[in-house]
Amino acid sequence: MANQDHHGDHASFAHPAPLKLLVAVFVALVGLTILTVVANDWPLGSFDIWVAMLIATVKASLVALIFMHMFWDKGINIVVFGSSFLFVTLFIGLTLMDRSNYRETMDDFPISSRPAESDYVQTSTK
Amino acid sequence: MTDSNNDHGHDDHGKGHAPFIAHHFDDARQQFDAGKLGIWVFLVTEILFFSGLFCAYVLYRNSNPEIFYEAHFQLDKVLGGANTIVLLFSSLTMALAVRASQLGQKSVVIVNLLITMVCASIFLGVKAVEYSHKWDEGILTRGYFAFSGTPHHAASDNMFGISDYLLILSIVPAILLVVFLAIGIIYKATNVPKKAQFFIYLSIMMAGYFLGALAGKIYMDVKPVSDHGGDSHNKVAHADEHDESHDHEDGEHPDEDHKDANAGETKDGETRGGETKDGETKDGDTDVTEPVALTEKQRRVGIFFSIYYCMTGLHAVHVIGGMIALSWLLWRSINGHWRPDYYGPVDYVGLYWHLVDLIWIYLFPLLYLIK
Repeated sequence: MANQDHHGDHASFAHPAPLKLLVAVFVALVGLTILTVVANDWPLGSFDIWVAMLIATVKASLVALIFMHMFWDKGINIVVFGSSFLFVTLFIGLTLMDRSNYRETMDDFPISSRPAESDYVQTSTK
Repeated sequence: MTDSNNDHGHDDHGKGHAPFIAHHFDDARQQFDAGKLGIWVFLVTEILFFSGLFCAYVLYRNSNPEIFYEAHFQLDKVLGGANTIVLLFSSLTMALAVRASQLGQKSVVIVNLLITMVCASIFLGVKAVEYSHKWDEGILTRGYFAFSGTPHHAASDNMFGISDYLLILSIVPAILLVVFLAIGIIYKATNVPKKAQFFIYLSIMMAGYFLGALAGKIYMDVKPVSDHGGDSHNKVAHADEHDESHDHEDGEHPDEDHKDANAGETKDGETRGGETKDGETKDGDTDVTEPVALTEKQRRVGIFFSIYYCMTGLHAVHVIGGMIALSWLLWRSINGHWRPDYYGPVDYVGLYWHLVDLIWIYLFPLLYLIK
Protein backbone atom coordinates (compact mmCIF):
# COMPACT_ATOMS: atom_id res chain seq x y z
CA MET A 1 0.00 0.00 0.00
CA ALA A 2 2.64 2.48 1.07
CA ASN A 3 4.90 1.13 -1.66
CA GLN A 4 3.74 3.43 -4.38
CA ASP A 5 3.91 6.69 -2.41
CA HIS A 6 7.14 8.54 -3.09
CA HIS A 7 10.65 7.58 -3.97
CA GLY A 8 13.92 8.64 -2.47
CA ASP A 9 15.19 9.18 1.04
CA HIS A 10 12.17 10.96 2.36
CA ALA A 11 9.62 8.35 1.35
CA SER A 12 7.59 7.01 4.20
CA PHE A 13 7.43 3.27 3.68
CA ALA A 14 5.96 2.60 7.08
CA HIS A 15 2.53 1.07 7.11
CA PRO A 16 1.07 1.51 10.57
CA ALA A 17 -1.63 -1.07 11.14
CA PRO A 18 -5.00 0.38 12.14
CA LEU A 19 -5.33 0.50 15.90
CA LYS A 20 -8.84 -0.95 15.91
CA LEU A 21 -7.71 -3.88 13.77
CA LEU A 22 -4.89 -4.77 16.18
CA VAL A 23 -7.23 -4.71 19.16
CA ALA A 24 -9.87 -6.69 17.25
CA VAL A 25 -7.28 -9.35 16.39
CA PHE A 26 -6.27 -9.61 20.03
CA VAL A 27 -9.90 -10.04 21.09
CA ALA A 28 -10.35 -12.72 18.41
CA LEU A 29 -7.20 -14.52 19.60
CA VAL A 30 -8.41 -14.58 23.20
CA GLY A 31 -11.80 -15.81 22.01
CA LEU A 32 -10.20 -18.60 20.02
CA THR A 33 -8.02 -19.56 23.00
CA ILE A 34 -11.12 -19.90 25.14
CA LEU A 35 -12.83 -21.80 22.33
CA THR A 36 -9.98 -24.30 22.07
CA VAL A 37 -10.11 -24.96 25.84
CA VAL A 38 -13.89 -25.38 25.73
CA ALA A 39 -13.73 -27.54 22.59
CA ASN A 40 -11.38 -29.84 24.49
CA ASP A 41 -14.39 -31.06 26.49
CA TRP A 42 -16.57 -31.73 23.48
CA PRO A 43 -17.05 -35.39 22.57
CA LEU A 44 -15.17 -35.28 19.31
CA GLY A 45 -13.34 -38.57 19.68
CA SER A 46 -10.10 -38.82 17.80
CA PHE A 47 -11.16 -35.82 15.76
CA ASP A 48 -10.37 -33.42 18.61
CA ILE A 49 -6.69 -33.03 17.75
CA TRP A 50 -7.67 -31.79 14.29
CA VAL A 51 -10.15 -29.31 15.73
CA ALA A 52 -7.47 -28.05 18.13
CA MET A 53 -4.94 -27.78 15.29
CA LEU A 54 -7.45 -25.98 13.07
CA ILE A 55 -8.12 -23.40 15.77
CA ALA A 56 -4.38 -23.03 16.40
CA THR A 57 -3.80 -22.50 12.69
CA VAL A 58 -6.49 -19.82 12.51
CA LYS A 59 -4.85 -18.11 15.48
CA ALA A 60 -1.38 -18.44 13.93
CA SER A 61 -2.69 -16.99 10.66
CA LEU A 62 -4.18 -14.00 12.45
CA VAL A 63 -0.87 -13.36 14.23
CA ALA A 64 1.13 -13.76 11.02
CA LEU A 65 -1.15 -11.70 8.78
CA ILE A 66 -1.95 -8.79 11.08
CA PHE A 67 0.54 -8.65 13.96
CA MET A 68 3.46 -9.64 11.73
CA HIS A 69 2.18 -7.41 8.90
CA MET A 70 2.36 -10.22 6.37
CA PHE A 71 -0.82 -8.94 4.79
CA TRP A 72 1.05 -5.78 3.72
CA ASP A 73 4.48 -7.36 3.30
CA LYS A 74 6.47 -7.88 0.14
CA GLY A 75 5.86 -11.07 -1.84
CA ILE A 76 9.42 -12.33 -1.42
CA ASN A 77 9.11 -12.27 2.37
CA ILE A 78 5.84 -14.17 2.26
CA VAL A 79 7.36 -16.78 -0.08
CA VAL A 80 10.41 -17.20 2.17
CA PHE A 81 8.34 -17.56 5.33
CA GLY A 82 5.72 -19.74 3.67
CA SER A 83 8.38 -22.10 2.34
CA SER A 84 9.40 -23.01 5.88
CA PHE A 85 5.96 -24.52 6.45
CA LEU A 86 6.29 -26.50 3.25
CA PHE A 87 9.55 -27.98 4.50
CA VAL A 88 8.16 -28.68 7.96
CA THR A 89 5.26 -30.54 6.33
CA LEU A 90 7.69 -32.55 4.23
CA PHE A 91 9.92 -33.28 7.22
CA ILE A 92 7.15 -34.46 9.54
CA GLY A 93 5.14 -36.12 6.78
CA LEU A 94 8.01 -38.19 5.43
CA THR A 95 9.16 -39.12 8.94
CA LEU A 96 5.66 -40.34 9.78
CA MET A 97 5.44 -42.36 6.57
CA ASP A 98 8.58 -44.20 7.59
CA ARG A 99 7.75 -44.66 11.25
CA SER A 100 7.07 -48.38 11.18
CA ASN A 101 10.75 -48.98 10.42
CA TYR A 102 12.09 -47.55 13.65
CA ARG A 103 9.10 -47.74 15.93
CA GLU A 104 10.54 -50.57 18.02
CA THR A 105 13.86 -48.94 18.75
CA MET A 106 12.15 -45.62 19.32
CA ASP A 107 9.94 -46.98 22.07
CA ASP A 108 12.88 -47.51 24.39
CA PHE A 109 13.64 -43.79 24.41
CA PRO A 110 16.71 -42.60 26.33
CA ILE A 111 17.15 -45.58 28.61
CA SER A 112 17.87 -47.73 25.58
CA SER A 113 21.46 -46.55 25.91
CA ARG A 114 21.80 -48.52 29.16
CA PRO A 115 22.50 -51.96 27.63
CA ALA A 116 25.71 -50.50 26.27
CA GLU A 117 27.11 -50.59 29.82
CA SER A 118 26.38 -54.28 30.24
CA ASP A 119 27.92 -54.93 26.85
CA TYR A 120 31.04 -53.28 28.13
CA VAL A 121 31.05 -55.38 31.30
CA GLN A 122 30.60 -58.52 29.24
CA THR A 123 33.52 -57.82 26.93
CA SER A 124 35.86 -56.89 29.78
CA THR A 125 35.25 -60.19 31.59
CA LYS A 126 36.12 -62.23 28.53
CA MET B 1 28.71 6.95 23.97
CA THR B 2 27.89 4.65 21.08
CA ASP B 3 25.20 7.06 19.94
CA SER B 4 27.60 9.93 19.50
CA ASN B 5 29.94 7.59 17.64
CA ASN B 6 27.15 6.57 15.34
CA ASP B 7 26.11 10.13 14.65
CA HIS B 8 29.65 11.12 13.98
CA GLY B 9 30.29 8.17 11.68
CA HIS B 10 27.23 8.83 9.64
CA ASP B 11 27.88 12.54 9.42
CA ASP B 12 31.12 11.61 7.69
CA HIS B 13 29.13 9.87 5.03
CA GLY B 14 27.04 12.89 4.42
CA LYS B 15 23.81 11.45 5.78
CA GLY B 16 23.42 13.54 8.87
CA HIS B 17 19.73 13.91 8.28
CA ALA B 18 19.25 10.13 8.52
CA PRO B 19 21.64 9.14 11.29
CA PHE B 20 21.08 5.36 11.21
CA ILE B 21 21.47 4.53 7.54
CA ALA B 22 24.58 2.42 7.06
CA HIS B 23 26.80 3.73 4.27
CA HIS B 24 26.38 0.62 2.10
CA PHE B 25 22.66 1.24 1.66
CA ASP B 26 21.25 3.72 -0.83
CA ASP B 27 18.41 4.85 1.34
CA ALA B 28 16.31 4.06 4.39
CA ARG B 29 13.89 1.98 2.39
CA GLN B 30 16.57 -0.31 1.00
CA GLN B 31 18.10 -0.76 4.45
CA PHE B 32 14.71 -1.57 5.91
CA ASP B 33 13.87 -4.13 3.21
CA ALA B 34 17.24 -5.85 3.56
CA GLY B 35 16.83 -6.14 7.30
CA LYS B 36 13.30 -7.37 6.95
CA LEU B 37 14.27 -10.16 4.56
CA GLY B 38 17.06 -11.03 6.99
CA ILE B 39 14.71 -11.40 9.92
CA TRP B 40 12.27 -13.49 7.88
CA VAL B 41 15.09 -15.86 6.96
CA PHE B 42 16.02 -16.06 10.62
CA LEU B 43 12.42 -16.89 11.50
CA VAL B 44 12.48 -19.67 8.91
CA THR B 45 15.48 -21.21 10.65
CA GLU B 46 13.65 -20.88 13.96
CA ILE B 47 10.61 -22.71 12.62
CA LEU B 48 12.76 -25.50 11.22
CA PHE B 49 14.62 -25.64 14.54
CA PHE B 50 11.36 -26.13 16.46
CA SER B 51 10.00 -28.52 13.85
CA GLY B 52 12.47 -31.18 15.04
CA LEU B 53 10.76 -31.14 18.41
CA PHE B 54 7.31 -31.08 16.85
CA CYS B 55 8.34 -34.10 14.80
CA ALA B 56 9.46 -35.94 17.96
CA TYR B 57 6.15 -35.02 19.55
CA VAL B 58 4.12 -36.36 16.61
CA LEU B 59 6.10 -39.61 16.47
CA TYR B 60 5.93 -40.37 20.17
CA ARG B 61 2.30 -39.40 20.43
CA ASN B 62 1.59 -41.60 17.47
CA SER B 63 3.27 -44.62 19.01
CA ASN B 64 2.32 -43.98 22.66
CA PRO B 65 -1.11 -42.31 22.73
CA GLU B 66 -1.88 -43.73 26.18
CA ILE B 67 1.21 -42.10 27.69
CA PHE B 68 0.16 -38.72 26.36
CA TYR B 69 -3.29 -39.27 27.76
CA GLU B 70 -1.96 -40.10 31.23
CA ALA B 71 0.47 -37.21 31.17
CA HIS B 72 -2.12 -34.57 30.49
CA PHE B 73 -3.51 -34.97 34.00
CA GLN B 74 -0.31 -33.41 35.26
CA LEU B 75 -0.63 -30.27 33.18
CA ASP B 76 -2.83 -27.46 34.34
CA LYS B 77 -5.08 -26.03 31.64
CA VAL B 78 -5.81 -22.88 33.62
CA LEU B 79 -2.14 -21.95 34.08
CA GLY B 80 -1.38 -22.84 30.47
CA GLY B 81 -4.38 -20.91 29.21
CA ALA B 82 -3.55 -17.88 31.36
CA ASN B 83 -0.01 -17.94 30.02
CA THR B 84 -1.37 -18.12 26.47
CA ILE B 85 -3.41 -14.99 27.06
CA VAL B 86 -0.45 -13.23 28.68
CA LEU B 87 1.65 -14.00 25.58
CA LEU B 88 -1.14 -12.94 23.21
CA PHE B 89 -1.45 -9.68 25.11
CA SER B 90 2.30 -9.14 24.89
CA SER B 91 1.99 -9.69 21.14
CA LEU B 92 -0.68 -7.00 20.99
CA THR B 93 1.46 -4.50 22.89
CA MET B 94 4.42 -5.41 20.68
CA ALA B 95 2.32 -4.69 17.58
CA LEU B 96 1.25 -1.41 19.18
CA ALA B 97 4.89 -0.57 19.88
CA VAL B 98 5.76 -1.19 16.22
CA ARG B 99 2.85 1.00 15.16
CA ALA B 100 3.90 3.78 17.51
CA SER B 101 7.50 3.61 16.30
CA GLN B 102 6.26 3.96 12.70
CA LEU B 103 4.39 7.06 13.76
CA GLY B 104 7.32 8.37 15.79
CA GLN B 105 5.42 8.39 19.09
CA LYS B 106 8.30 7.97 21.49
CA SER B 107 6.51 7.61 24.81
CA VAL B 108 3.90 5.22 23.39
CA VAL B 109 6.71 2.97 22.13
CA ILE B 110 8.34 2.97 25.55
CA VAL B 111 5.13 2.13 27.43
CA ASN B 112 4.21 -0.66 25.03
CA LEU B 113 7.69 -2.18 25.08
CA LEU B 114 7.65 -2.11 28.86
CA ILE B 115 4.28 -3.89 28.98
CA THR B 116 5.58 -6.49 26.52
CA MET B 117 8.63 -7.11 28.67
CA VAL B 118 6.59 -7.38 31.86
CA CYS B 119 4.26 -9.88 30.15
CA ALA B 120 7.27 -11.96 29.07
CA SER B 121 8.45 -11.94 32.64
CA ILE B 122 5.01 -12.90 34.02
CA PHE B 123 4.97 -15.80 31.57
CA LEU B 124 8.29 -17.06 32.92
CA GLY B 125 7.10 -16.64 36.51
CA VAL B 126 4.05 -18.81 35.88
CA LYS B 127 6.25 -21.30 34.03
CA ALA B 128 8.60 -21.45 37.03
CA VAL B 129 5.66 -22.36 39.29
CA GLU B 130 4.58 -25.07 36.85
CA TYR B 131 8.09 -26.50 36.54
CA SER B 132 8.86 -26.46 40.26
CA HIS B 133 5.52 -28.08 41.06
CA LYS B 134 6.32 -30.91 38.66
CA TRP B 135 9.83 -31.34 40.00
CA ASP B 136 8.42 -31.56 43.54
CA GLU B 137 6.24 -34.44 42.44
CA GLY B 138 9.08 -36.20 40.67
CA ILE B 139 7.63 -35.46 37.24
CA LEU B 140 10.92 -35.33 35.42
CA THR B 141 12.31 -36.45 32.10
CA ARG B 142 12.17 -40.08 31.01
CA GLY B 143 15.39 -41.19 32.71
CA TYR B 144 14.55 -39.61 36.08
CA PHE B 145 10.79 -39.92 36.09
CA ALA B 146 9.64 -40.70 39.62
CA PHE B 147 6.03 -39.60 39.87
CA SER B 148 4.11 -41.95 42.10
CA GLY B 149 1.09 -39.87 43.07
CA THR B 150 2.65 -38.65 46.29
CA PRO B 151 5.02 -35.70 46.41
CA HIS B 152 8.57 -36.82 45.89
CA HIS B 153 9.99 -33.84 47.62
CA ALA B 154 7.85 -32.22 50.32
CA ALA B 155 7.12 -28.67 49.31
CA SER B 156 6.42 -27.34 52.80
CA ASP B 157 9.73 -28.45 54.28
CA ASN B 158 11.52 -25.15 54.10
CA MET B 159 10.66 -22.14 56.21
CA PHE B 160 8.86 -20.26 53.44
CA GLY B 161 6.46 -23.07 52.60
CA ILE B 162 7.56 -22.66 48.99
CA SER B 163 9.09 -25.31 46.80
CA ASP B 164 12.88 -25.35 47.00
CA TYR B 165 12.99 -25.56 43.24
CA LEU B 166 10.90 -22.42 42.89
CA LEU B 167 13.27 -20.62 45.24
CA ILE B 168 16.26 -21.77 43.21
CA LEU B 169 14.62 -20.68 39.95
CA SER B 170 13.89 -17.29 41.50
CA ILE B 171 17.47 -16.57 42.53
CA VAL B 172 18.55 -15.09 39.20
CA PRO B 173 15.44 -12.92 38.74
CA ALA B 174 15.80 -11.70 42.34
CA ILE B 175 19.45 -10.77 41.83
CA LEU B 176 18.65 -9.01 38.55
CA LEU B 177 15.75 -7.15 40.14
CA VAL B 178 17.93 -5.85 42.98
CA VAL B 179 20.89 -5.03 40.73
CA PHE B 180 18.78 -3.19 38.14
CA LEU B 181 16.96 -1.25 40.83
CA ALA B 182 20.23 -0.33 42.57
CA ILE B 183 21.84 0.84 39.32
CA GLY B 184 18.71 2.80 38.47
CA ILE B 185 18.68 4.54 41.82
CA ILE B 186 22.39 5.38 41.56
CA TYR B 187 21.85 6.92 38.10
CA LYS B 188 18.82 8.77 39.39
CA ALA B 189 20.82 10.16 42.29
CA THR B 190 23.66 11.20 39.99
CA ASN B 191 21.30 12.84 37.49
CA VAL B 192 21.66 10.54 34.51
CA PRO B 193 17.94 10.47 33.67
CA LYS B 194 17.95 8.19 30.60
CA LYS B 195 19.98 5.43 32.20
CA ALA B 196 18.00 5.82 35.42
CA GLN B 197 14.76 5.36 33.48
CA PHE B 198 16.19 2.39 31.58
CA PHE B 199 17.36 0.48 34.64
CA ILE B 200 14.27 1.22 36.67
CA TYR B 201 12.18 -0.11 33.78
CA LEU B 202 14.36 -3.23 33.68
CA SER B 203 13.70 -3.77 37.37
CA ILE B 204 9.98 -3.38 36.69
CA MET B 205 10.35 -6.06 34.03
CA MET B 206 11.99 -8.40 36.56
CA ALA B 207 9.24 -7.64 39.06
CA GLY B 208 6.85 -9.14 36.50
CA TYR B 209 8.49 -12.52 37.12
CA PHE B 210 7.55 -12.37 40.78
CA LEU B 211 4.06 -11.18 39.92
CA GLY B 212 3.62 -14.21 37.67
CA ALA B 213 5.17 -16.59 40.19
CA LEU B 214 2.99 -15.20 42.98
CA ALA B 215 -0.18 -15.48 40.92
CA GLY B 216 0.73 -19.02 39.88
CA LYS B 217 1.60 -20.02 43.45
CA ILE B 218 -1.65 -18.62 44.85
CA TYR B 219 -3.59 -20.45 42.17
CA MET B 220 -1.77 -23.72 42.91
CA ASP B 221 -2.49 -23.32 46.63
CA VAL B 222 -6.20 -22.65 46.29
CA LYS B 223 -7.08 -24.99 43.47
CA PRO B 224 -8.83 -28.24 44.39
CA VAL B 225 -6.56 -31.24 44.19
CA SER B 226 -9.27 -33.70 43.19
CA ASP B 227 -8.98 -33.20 39.45
CA HIS B 228 -5.29 -33.72 39.47
CA GLY B 229 -2.58 -36.11 40.58
CA GLY B 230 -4.19 -38.77 42.74
CA ASP B 231 -6.85 -39.98 40.40
CA SER B 232 -4.61 -40.19 37.39
CA HIS B 233 -2.12 -42.16 39.42
CA ASN B 234 -4.77 -44.70 40.22
CA LYS B 235 -5.55 -45.05 36.56
CA VAL B 236 -1.92 -45.65 35.74
CA ALA B 237 -1.62 -48.16 38.55
CA HIS B 238 -4.69 -50.10 37.48
CA ALA B 239 -3.66 -50.16 33.88
CA ASP B 240 -0.31 -51.63 34.80
CA GLU B 241 -0.98 -54.27 37.41
CA HIS B 242 0.37 -56.99 35.18
CA ASP B 243 3.54 -55.01 34.66
CA GLU B 244 4.03 -54.56 38.39
CA SER B 245 4.18 -58.27 39.06
CA HIS B 246 6.74 -58.50 36.32
CA ASP B 247 8.91 -55.89 38.00
CA HIS B 248 8.85 -57.66 41.34
CA GLU B 249 9.98 -60.83 39.70
CA ASP B 250 12.89 -58.95 38.24
CA GLY B 251 13.76 -57.42 41.60
CA GLU B 252 14.32 -60.82 43.20
CA HIS B 253 17.19 -61.67 40.89
CA PRO B 254 20.67 -61.15 42.22
CA ASP B 255 22.71 -58.66 40.21
CA GLU B 256 24.85 -61.19 38.31
CA ASP B 257 21.79 -63.06 37.14
CA HIS B 258 20.46 -59.82 35.98
CA LYS B 259 23.41 -59.06 33.81
CA ASP B 260 23.48 -62.50 32.27
CA ALA B 261 19.79 -62.46 31.62
CA ASN B 262 20.15 -59.06 30.10
CA ALA B 263 23.05 -60.01 27.90
CA GLY B 264 21.05 -62.92 26.57
CA GLU B 265 17.90 -60.92 26.18
CA THR B 266 19.02 -57.78 24.48
CA LYS B 267 17.04 -58.53 21.38
CA ASP B 268 14.01 -59.37 23.44
CA GLY B 269 14.48 -56.24 25.49
CA GLU B 270 14.55 -54.08 22.46
CA THR B 271 11.22 -55.30 21.25
CA ARG B 272 9.43 -55.39 24.56
CA GLY B 273 11.11 -52.51 26.27
CA GLY B 274 10.54 -54.12 29.67
CA GLU B 275 13.71 -55.95 30.57
CA THR B 276 16.39 -53.63 29.32
CA LYS B 277 16.01 -51.30 32.27
CA ASP B 278 18.21 -53.31 34.62
CA GLY B 279 20.01 -50.15 35.67
CA GLU B 280 16.72 -48.70 36.79
CA THR B 281 15.56 -51.71 38.77
CA LYS B 282 18.91 -51.96 40.50
CA ASP B 283 18.55 -48.36 41.54
CA GLY B 284 15.09 -49.17 42.83
CA ASP B 285 16.47 -52.04 44.93
CA THR B 286 19.18 -50.03 46.61
CA ASP B 287 17.24 -46.80 47.00
CA VAL B 288 15.14 -47.34 50.10
CA THR B 289 13.71 -43.83 50.17
CA GLU B 290 11.66 -44.45 47.04
CA PRO B 291 8.14 -45.00 48.43
CA VAL B 292 6.64 -46.91 45.53
CA ALA B 293 8.62 -48.72 42.88
CA LEU B 294 7.25 -47.43 39.61
CA THR B 295 6.16 -49.86 36.98
CA GLU B 296 7.75 -49.68 33.61
CA LYS B 297 4.62 -48.20 32.08
CA GLN B 298 4.39 -45.54 34.77
CA ARG B 299 7.98 -44.60 34.13
CA ARG B 300 7.25 -44.41 30.43
CA VAL B 301 5.01 -41.40 31.08
CA GLY B 302 8.35 -39.65 31.36
CA ILE B 303 8.59 -39.89 27.58
CA PHE B 304 5.93 -37.22 27.36
CA PHE B 305 7.69 -35.06 29.90
CA SER B 306 11.05 -35.31 28.15
CA ILE B 307 9.33 -33.83 25.12
CA TYR B 308 7.39 -31.37 27.25
CA TYR B 309 10.52 -30.04 28.95
CA CYS B 310 12.41 -29.76 25.67
CA MET B 311 9.62 -27.92 23.90
CA THR B 312 8.59 -25.56 26.69
CA GLY B 313 12.21 -25.13 27.80
CA LEU B 314 13.36 -24.14 24.34
CA HIS B 315 10.39 -21.84 24.10
CA ALA B 316 11.27 -20.28 27.45
CA VAL B 317 14.85 -19.72 26.24
CA HIS B 318 13.35 -17.86 23.29
CA VAL B 319 11.27 -15.76 25.65
CA ILE B 320 14.42 -14.86 27.59
CA GLY B 321 16.18 -13.98 24.32
CA GLY B 322 13.21 -11.84 23.39
CA MET B 323 13.41 -10.02 26.72
CA ILE B 324 17.06 -9.18 26.08
CA ALA B 325 16.25 -7.90 22.57
CA LEU B 326 13.33 -5.91 23.93
CA SER B 327 15.60 -4.35 26.56
CA TRP B 328 17.87 -3.17 23.78
CA LEU B 329 14.87 -1.67 21.96
CA LEU B 330 13.78 0.02 25.17
CA TRP B 331 17.16 1.68 25.57
CA ARG B 332 17.09 2.95 22.00
CA SER B 333 13.50 4.10 22.43
CA ILE B 334 14.44 6.10 25.50
CA ASN B 335 17.09 7.74 23.32
CA GLY B 336 14.40 8.58 20.78
CA HIS B 337 15.96 6.77 17.83
CA TRP B 338 12.80 5.77 15.99
CA ARG B 339 11.38 7.82 13.15
CA PRO B 340 8.92 7.01 10.36
CA ASP B 341 11.82 6.18 8.04
CA TYR B 342 13.80 4.29 10.67
CA TYR B 343 11.92 1.84 12.85
CA GLY B 344 13.39 -1.40 11.46
CA PRO B 345 14.77 -2.81 14.72
CA VAL B 346 11.39 -2.49 16.45
CA ASP B 347 9.73 -4.22 13.53
CA TYR B 348 12.32 -7.02 13.42
CA VAL B 349 12.26 -7.77 17.14
CA GLY B 350 8.48 -7.55 16.90
CA LEU B 351 8.45 -10.24 14.21
CA TYR B 352 10.64 -12.45 16.38
CA TRP B 353 8.39 -11.85 19.36
CA HIS B 354 5.28 -12.75 17.36
CA LEU B 355 6.96 -15.95 16.24
CA VAL B 356 7.60 -16.93 19.86
CA ASP B 357 3.90 -16.32 20.44
CA LEU B 358 3.01 -18.29 17.33
CA ILE B 359 4.97 -21.31 18.52
CA TRP B 360 3.22 -21.16 21.88
CA ILE B 361 -0.13 -21.06 20.07
CA TYR B 362 0.70 -24.55 18.80
CA LEU B 363 2.38 -25.79 21.98
CA PHE B 364 -0.58 -24.98 24.18
CA PRO B 365 -3.16 -27.32 22.60
CA LEU B 366 -0.54 -29.98 21.84
CA LEU B 367 0.77 -30.20 25.39
CA TYR B 368 -2.05 -29.03 27.65
CA LEU B 369 -5.18 -30.10 25.81
CA ILE B 370 -4.82 -33.83 25.27
CA LYS B 371 -7.70 -36.21 25.56
